[in-house]
Amino acid sequence: MSMLQFKIRRIRSTLMFILCGFCVILALIPLILIFYHTLSLGVGALTVEFFTQLPKPVGEPGGGLANAIVGTLILVALGSCISLPVGIFAGIFLSEFGNNMFAQAVRFLTDVLSGLPSIVAGVVAYTLVVVPMKHFSAYAGGVALGILMIPTITRTTEEMLKLVPTTLREAALALGIARWKVILRIVLRTAIPGVITGILLAIARAAGETAPLLFTSLNNRFWHTTLDQPIASLTVFIYNYGVSPFEDWIRQAWGGALVLIGMILLLSLAVRFVTQTRMKGLQ
Amino acid sequence: MKLRELIIPAQLREGENRGDSIFYLLTAFFALMIFLLVVLMFYEMYSMSSLTREKFGFTFFFRSVWDPVLEEYGALPFIYGTVVSTLIAILLAVPLSLGIAIFLAEVAPVWLEKPLSFFVELLAGIPSIVYGLWGFFVMVPWLRSTFQPFLSETLGFIPLFQGVPYGIGMLAAGFVLTIMILPIISSISRDVLRSVPRSQYEAALALGSTRWQAVRIALAYGRSGIIGAIILGIGRALGETMAVTMVIGNRPSISLSLFNPAHTMASVLANEFTEATTDMYVSALVEIALVLFLVTLLVNSVARLLIWSVTKNTKDVRL
Repeated sequence: MSMLQFKIRRIRSTLMFILCGFCVILALIPLILIFYHTLSLGVGALTVEFFTQLPKPVGEPGGGLANAIVGTLILVALGSCISLPVGIFAGIFLSEFGNNMFAQAVRFLTDVLSGLPSIVAGVVAYTLVVVPMKHFSAYAGGVALGILMIPTITRTTEEMLKLVPTTLREAALALGIARWKVILRIVLRTAIPGVITGILLAIARAAGETAPLLFTSLNNRFWHTTLDQPIASLTVFIYNYGVSPFEDWIRQAWGGALVLIGMILLLSLAVRFVTQTRMKGLQ
Repeated sequence: MKLRELIIPAQLREGENRGDSIFYLLTAFFALMIFLLVVLMFYEMYSMSSLTREKFGFTFFFRSVWDPVLEEYGALPFIYGTVVSTLIAILLAVPLSLGIAIFLAEVAPVWLEKPLSFFVELLAGIPSIVYGLWGFFVMVPWLRSTFQPFLSETLGFIPLFQGVPYGIGMLAAGFVLTIMILPIISSISRDVLRSVPRSQYEAALALGSTRWQAVRIALAYGRSGIIGAIILGIGRALGETMAVTMVIGNRPSISLSLFNPAHTMASVLANEFTEATTDMYVSALVEIALVLFLVTLLVNSVARLLIWSVTKNTKDVRL
């Protein structure tokens, strides 16, 4: 009897682990399908003119999303202008002076902010920038993306600075170097590959955001000349074209999705490369 | 002098190095900005939503009318849509991602675990608009032609699965959300499982339990971390916008059937914000955004506290 029970337990254990493997396969199916469809449906749209031309008016086939690709880069750059100083300095504060209640509170808020729905960042940017300026603009989109980038940059900067051995700080301080110079020129410099990782992660996330741009930077079918005008972005174009009834536009939406995934994949590979080669010594 | 002593820590004052004090204040200033950002966000949305707050008060959340022409607003259909779509996603994603986490942490050999983890985390990196596009053009037609007819044939006696299989609707939104929150829950649960001390397993195995029973003990040991991971997934599902907007049908109605089109708090913002022409309309939408902000803030706080409580003594859980 007890032998039988033992066998049943063994079989049950094996079955449950097989079930776990089944879960992995089930999760991989949509991933593979998403990649497959984006690749197969998007690759047809990727012509030279897709990258070099403006969108054509309704009904005319052809044209490209050149302005949207540039627009996404501009918006991410604007977001970085806001989030880089805040994120890096706040990260330094949390890592180097972070042994108090205030720092603990900021750390907690940063973690909580990283779960902020991106659409809410858009609403905040709308009330902060669009309402006072009375029109949509690239600045508003940049503010929204900046808000979304801050948590990632802050927390990775903190984590990476913490990985720098204390002995390095002590050695530098013992030589009589001022603390701020130690932090900037020794600690930060040692951890810079990791900090760049965080920045790349934040950029990858910001480049893929659509919701916060819908009613901040809006969209634009032409080249943008100033930053206080609506600006095109790849993601908003994918959305507008994807839900449109025109076959050519839908084809271009898939092309845009492929470009977007390609950009993000490259960034995450760069992150892997940076962390694996340069941070090995520290971890 | 009093103020200086209050804000600059002692170890920096002793050195009497002006550069240190300035640098400290600079970094503290930026840390304070994060603090102020959250306050500012709340303040902005609170003041922008004053019109509807004054007109409807708390009844705003219990009214199911949404009529911009008559200036009658109620958030109930959106709250309902958000809650139900999140519920579907959690019910499907939790068992799946626990299975994945157990497989990655306990079963998979290193050569398999590394690329699998990378792939599952890749899912988290795909922009939501791509999920939306895929859901709209691939998943929804499949739901309409295959899965929903199958559901209504086999489980059609349950009101949830009755009605016309549009494809687009609550069920599609729930499915897309499931795919989207899988990576978050599974990668954190995997880290939590790994941070369970080896001695827990060894003790269980020594008492004669099978490997599966040992895993269950590990799950029990790390349960607050895993609950934290699940709540984090809830937070993500509540606020997800683009993918949901593209597949849910965007109709502010409350119906029992999961086949019917619905609307969520995030998707109504994405759809109607640019069309909001009157102050009252904007105010109603901003109030929905404010509620979404507060709810996700609360949900995320709870999740973080739970995850911190498990992993603070072991290695850091990277998100």
